[in-house]
Amino acid sequence: MARIEILKTYKLFIGGQFPRTESGRFYALKNTKGTPIANICLSSRKDVRNAAQAARKAFGGWSEKTAFNRGQILYRIAEMLEGRRDQFIAELQAQGVGKAKAEKEVEIAIDRIVYYAGWCDKYNQVLSAVNPVSSSHFNFSVYEPTGVVGIFAPQNTSLLGLVSVLMPVIAGGNTCLVLASENMPLCAITFAEVLHSSDLPGGVVNILTGTNKELADTLSSHMDINAIVYGGEDSEILKSIQENAVSNIKRVIVQKKDWVKPDSQDLYMIIDTQELKTTWHPIENIGGATSSY
Amino acid sequence: MSQTRKTISKFNLQMVDSPAIDKVGVEERVARFQTRSIKNESKLQGLKMSLSMIDLTTLEGKDTPGKVKQMCYKAHHLCDTHPGLPTVAAVCVYPSMVAFAKKELKDSGVKVASVSTAFPSGQAPMDVKLLDTRFAVDEGADEIDMVISRGKFLAGEYSFVFDEIASIKEVCGNARLKVILETGELATLDNVRKASDLAIHAGADFIKTSTGKIQPAATMQVTYTMLMAIKDYFDKTGIMIGMKPAGGISTSKLALHNLVMVKEVLGDAWLNNEWFRFGASSLANDVLMQIIKSETGIYQSSDYFSID
Repeated sequence: MARIEILKTYKLFIGGQFPRTESGRFYALKNTKGTPIANICLSSRKDVRNAAQAARKAFGGWSEKTAFNRGQILYRIAEMLEGRRDQFIAELQAQGVGKAKAEKEVEIAIDRIVYYAGWCDKYNQVLSAVNPVSSSHFNFSVYEPTGVVGIFAPQNTSLLGLVSVLMPVIAGGNTCLVLASENMPLCAITFAEVLHSSDLPGGVVNILTGTNKELADTLSSHMDINAIVYGGEDSEILKSIQENAVSNIKRVIVQKKDWVKPDSQDLYMIIDTQELKTTWHPIENIGGATSSY
Repeated sequence: MSQTRKTISKFNLQMVDSPAIDKVGVEERVARFQTRSIKNESKLQGLKMSLSMIDLTTLEGKDTPGKVKQMCYKAHHLCDTHPGLPTVAAVCVYPSMVAFAKKELKDSGVKVASVSTAFPSGQAPMDVKLLDTRFAVDEGADEIDMVISRGKFLAGEYSFVFDEIASIKEVCGNARLKVILETGELATLDNVRKASDLAIHAGADFIKTSTGKIQPAATMQVTYTMLMAIKDYFDKTGIMIGMKPAGGISTSKLALHNLVMVKEVLGDAWLNNEWFRFGASSLANDVLMQIIKSETGIYQSSDYFSID
């Protein structure tokens, strides 16, 4: 008897779980030949709210983990992705990417995760500073995560763009909600399964599918979201995001790069979503003219 | 009035036959209150009503005059950037903080409620409990939240609990008496119903679910059972008794579900802070955030509201 293949239901990823959209809506994703290949959740405002709530709840624990531990968990994500290469290559092909290109995309994505895993416990040493001041203070500046980040994943790649904008955000101790590519959403949800099996605490990354246009306003005006990373290319949406961001002075970071290129990853992408904290600590300037020592 | 009630009820105590509670039935009825669709306009009204019903509460060993002062200020300045909001109904504090809270709240219209009778355990001799209550009343408390002796109740000494409530009621004078059943320790809904009937007949002006120190606290099942006791008493005597769920109600959604329940079980007469209260410390901020969300469409952050 012929076996009936079990097709995967692509759902959302919120707070470490895979719920369907609260709205019950979906859209059909078609391949290049016009054949439907999956039903994708069409997220609503309430899904954004739920994801933001989950991210806020997870922030305390994630930001207080040691940088070394965060690095280990990110490395674990790369390990898990490596083990599921074939699945991602097949999904990319189903979405119209050629075989060679698909293989290359998955490889770069894995390497990119390892790259940011390595930076986790090093970026603060490299970028922090001890500042010379004209009083007897030890004055130093260190980076701290900004909070909950809303991410609009790049539209023209399914996996690599998402990984490239997401990793620097969580490497720095932020939590986030990600709006996946509208036309190529498959890898985003499968990547959520990778995150789910990687010791990443639930809620650190939340992934929604749906349309940028519908959700941009809710996401960018949300008072509990502290920064927006915009990887899309729609100047109208970007303009409204920037206007909405004024309400609680969110950072808006625009990321537009060719993600296949090696120079599309760098240390400074981590501090895009960091706050610089400067501390003045009273200290005796030993040997100085006014010192008693 | 309370005097009459007491005499009659003492006479009838053995005859007050509390009905057995059908737990499955209660759960089903309660589940239905949570499925009512509430339109935006009604929701906004409900939220504002919830605010006006809150007893803003701080009952901790670490309470300081500073903490109480801050809470009193919050009680009548819920959100100064957003005019037109009601104040909360009362603040709820330990007896030692009553005079201070009273001074802070002067002409604001916000009442001061004091817990008493060796809150939260209630494990103290009777004369200590009476002194505790008298002290709070003398300091100016408008309302007294007493706890019953759950140990005695569970041991079947119902007359003891009855007399205890009645004696505290006498000491209260003009202050309204809320009787805390601490339903989390009563184990069954049958006991909750029995304790509710007992408290009502002994002279309670309000019955209240919990101290907030024990989990589970104000579940909807428990509140529903107590509302039914109030309803049955009202149907029999025409006397209204107030209800105060306390502990665990921290979201506006839960508050609205409770209001739906009160409306459908008891009716509109109970939908004001004279007859219904929420005992809560963090509910106010969530309701405020929901009100502003309803009016602006923008999701709010606790970063921009006072710290409880």
